[in-house]
Amino acid sequence: MSDASTATATSATSEPAPALAAMPRAGWHVATVVATRQETAKAARLELDVDGWPGNAAGQHLDLRLTAPDGYTVTRSYSIASSGPGTRVVLAVDKLPDGEVSPFLVDEVRVGDRLEVHGPLGAFFVWRPVDRGAVRAAGDGAGGAASALRARPVQLIAGGSGIVPLFAMATAHAEARDLTPFRMLYSVRTPDDLFFAEELMALAAASDVFRLDLVYTRRTPDGWPNLAGRVTRAALAAAVLPATERPIVYVCGSTGFVERVASWLIELGHDARDIRTERFGGI
Amino acid sequence: MSFITRGFSGRGHERDERLPPGQTLAHDFPVLSAGPTPEIDTAEWEFSIATETGGVHSWNWEQFMALPIEEVDTDIHCVTHWSKLGTSWRGVSLDTLFEDVETQYEYVMAHSYGGYTTNLALDDLLDGKAWIAFEFDGEPLDPEHGGPARLLVPHLYFWKSAKWVRGLVMMGEDEPGFWEQNGYHLHGDPWKEERYW
Repeated sequence: MSDASTATATSATSEPAPALAAMPRAGWHVATVVATRQETAKAARLELDVDGWPGNAAGQHLDLRLTAPDGYTVTRSYSIASSGPGTRVVLAVDKLPDGEVSPFLVDEVRVGDRLEVHGPLGAFFVWRPVDRGAVRAAGDGAGGAASALRARPVQLIAGGSGIVPLFAMATAHAEARDLTPFRMLYSVRTPDDLFFAEELMALAAASDVFRLDLVYTRRTPDGWPNLAGRVTRAALAAAVLPATERPIVYVCGSTGFVERVASWLIELGHDARDIRTERFGGI
Repeated sequence: MSFITRGFSGRGHERDERLPPGQTLAHDFPVLSAGPTPEIDTAEWEFSIATETGGVHSWNWEQFMALPIEEVDTDIHCVTHWSKLGTSWRGVSLDTLFEDVETQYEYVMAHSYGGYTTNLALDDLLDGKAWIAFEFDGEPLDPEHGGPARLLVPHLYFWKSAKWVRGLVMMGEDEPGFWEQNGYHLHGDPWKEERYW
């Protein structure tokens, strides 16, 4: 992260803004595929080793560029499922039936392949663990400052493959042993469509401060207490941290999912400024 | 440093020269927003331009709709790699709105309902390059696409076309708006791929 202070701006009058100054500098890198595995029936997990990658914050994304032998190129943005320093980057890619890039990444890419990536990107849809040193330092001084620095609770709300950046946040939270209350509401079609199923169950089982609520929209596991169906406003109200606790809410999914959830959150009293959204479109 | 990706043929691609580099043709209309969609009633809507002298020019919906309206057919390009070709809009030209505005300043911060901002050079808004649009494809603009009215600056990446726009504030120097503070380029020309810092 030290290179943020020496980052070169694109014009003489411009300086990196505060949110960006804290981020590793984005650039083009060569990524080598070091592992692939099936994530769900339609999705693959790709583990990359990215030459020169400066690390990334939880929730950031990257652009991935493919080049055909005739020079044709195509670029797509993918959320990153991993975070922290180092050059390992994990992606989880859902195969879109008519897609041009996702079927290639899911069906064709194998260990040893090289891909071009640009990143890390985005400084808004990110979560960072509480800097406990800063809290202690503030606590040594004025009493009020410590509570001001204490992180707000976090509510994560994922629809389908929108889980990817939110999984990065939940993992970063656990790895930092951060005590900020974290809740995740994750809506998927069927049990077979769960991304990071084992990891999420393990996170929820191991932690008192991370809670996972699952909603199945088409088919539930055997013995599941609720019927299959979309997240409703009532279900949302029951599962998310109440507005009175002032959570920061991260919502990621299809446009329709995000629009529905975000408008219900407003109706439930959450401040629009506390709701951060990331939508994925149809291409 | 570009190299050929093993196994990638780019099956069935047709290169359309109206597409800037790194863009893919979209047939739907994807949405890029940082937060929830604000609901704005045209009865309460107002648009204003504020200058360095403290002068404020403002229009309510009725006054705004009485201004000359232009039809705009244009391609639009989102930084998230999709483009939409031949979109049709109706709106009021920024040239019309700036007719009586006197300013020495060369930069503008666009402000939106919901608190979002984006910075632009005045040169990128005048001479038939930008509009406040309220209709898309013959229909009132959907709230999720910026209705009741959004800025339309089609020669720049589409995050510059601020949704739910409520005003422009003249600036003496260029300063980053919301997405620009969060990683997007200060200017945003799609033909130069000015995506990120």
